[in-house]
Amino acid sequence: MAVDGTAALTQTVAAEEAGIRAAWLALLKAGGSLQTGRIREAELDTQARTVLEQLRDGLAAAGTDVRADAYAALRDTLSEISRSRAIQGFTPTDTANFVFSLKEPVFAAIDRTHGGDPAAATGGTWAASHLLDALGLHTMEVFLAGREEVIGRQGQEIAELSTPVVRLWDGILALPLIGTLDSARTGVVMENLLQAIVDEEAEIAIIDITGVPTVDTLVAQHLLKAIAAARLMGADCIVSGIRPQIAQTMVHLGVELNVVSKSTLADAFALALKRTGRIVTRRQSALSPTAS
Amino acid sequence: MPVTTTEVLPIRTSDDVVRVRQAVRVRAVGIGLGLVDQTKIITAASELARNTLDYGGGGEVRLDVMQEGARRGLRLSFVDQGPGIPDIARALTDHYTTGGGLGLGLGGAKRLSNEFHIESTPGVGTRVTIARWK
Ligand SMILES: Nc1ncnc2c1ncn2[C@@H]1O[C@H](COP(=O)(O)OP(=O)(O)O)[C@@H](O)[C@H]1O
Ligand SMILES: [Mg+2]
Repeated sequence: MAVDGTAALTQTVAAEEAGIRAAWLALLKAGGSLQTGRIREAELDTQARTVLEQLRDGLAAAGTDVRADAYAALRDTLSEISRSRAIQGFTPTDTANFVFSLKEPVFAAIDRTHGGDPAAATGGTWAASHLLDALGLHTMEVFLAGREEVIGRQGQEIAELSTPVVRLWDGILALPLIGTLDSARTGVVMENLLQAIVDEEAEIAIIDITGVPTVDTLVAQHLLKAIAAARLMGADCIVSGIRPQIAQTMVHLGVELNVVSKSTLADAFALALKRTGRIVTRRQSALSPTAS
Repeated sequence: MPVTTTEVLPIRTSDDVVRVRQAVRVRAVGIGLGLVDQTKIITAASELARNTLDYGGGGEVRLDVMQEGARRGLRLSFVDQGPGIPDIARALTDHYTTGGGLGLGLGGAKRLSNEFHIESTPGVGTRVTIARWK
């Protein structure tokens, strides 16, 4: 009986599913899929099982046409795996290899089931190759789209990072600003600062802008508003972390903050301690030699 | 002036303003501007992009990397089809604002750039071009 390649492959995957899965998992593990600890063994087992079951169903219903509806479930599974791997930080090669490494076990299984029929074995191997290439490319495309999503979201996160108000000492607060300040969150950040000033009965609030990449007039306006509002609530502001290039740019813009500024948060903290009547000194060590 | 690379970015949202700054940073580093000059042109770009968005109703920016002999420069053109600026001299005056800002953006962008050019026609739109040379 003449068996065509697709039929040979379909039969093989149905009959040899368990053997293929075992060999495939062994390859994946040997290839370091688990090494980095980004993915658990159980997760990998489940992924392999699902992919093979859906591959079997797809083959039975639609042959090697991966665009067919019968393959929708498998495409979704691979997309999900691919997307989660992009987020887990796998490289595109790792992700493509997840599918491509299925070739060897499938080829071996075809040899087991159709070894006596060279035409069927060759046809089956060819069909498997074609099918897995198509699925591998699908995985790649989704991976890249996933990557872009991650990058886009990182941008968003940087832009909207929530900034905590930190209590450094009794009556001394710090607001370390990080990221761009022209998003809608800026208002929230400033409100948090004012609320904290009230709650802590703070005398001094240090606004640290080391992590702000650009100080334009909008950022400056936010800072000015925060400084003025803090003053109304009885707290003085110190601005720290104005890098030299930013100081120079602010002069060209014509922006003046009219507050004390310090180059680092540490300097600002030291000043705040001093202004609130505290001194920090190094403790005389008991073991140090004393001058006689 | 020979332009070696051109890039056009939309300015439709606040996120676009962030992207414009990032693109200008990449170009500024690319032509070898030092940290101070990078900061100057990025800040000027931020001002102009926000004006394009807030007053021009959105538009786009064109980034041209220029080469003149051994000199390299970055030219940025912000274009919108918004209401235009009826009195450019006034708009350039420090602290003049119609939108509750600090009124320092246009004048500041001019001071931060080596070249500054503004064309605006009421009812037609506005184009502001700045350049910074290495
Ligand atoms: N692209 C533009 N289209 C229309 N009007 C503009 C544009 N750019 C600036 N302006 C006008 O110029 C004024 C000054 O701008 P600017 O110096 O950036 O200060 P601000 O943005 O703080 O108002 C704006 O308030 C606005 O009236
Ligand atoms: Mg402005």
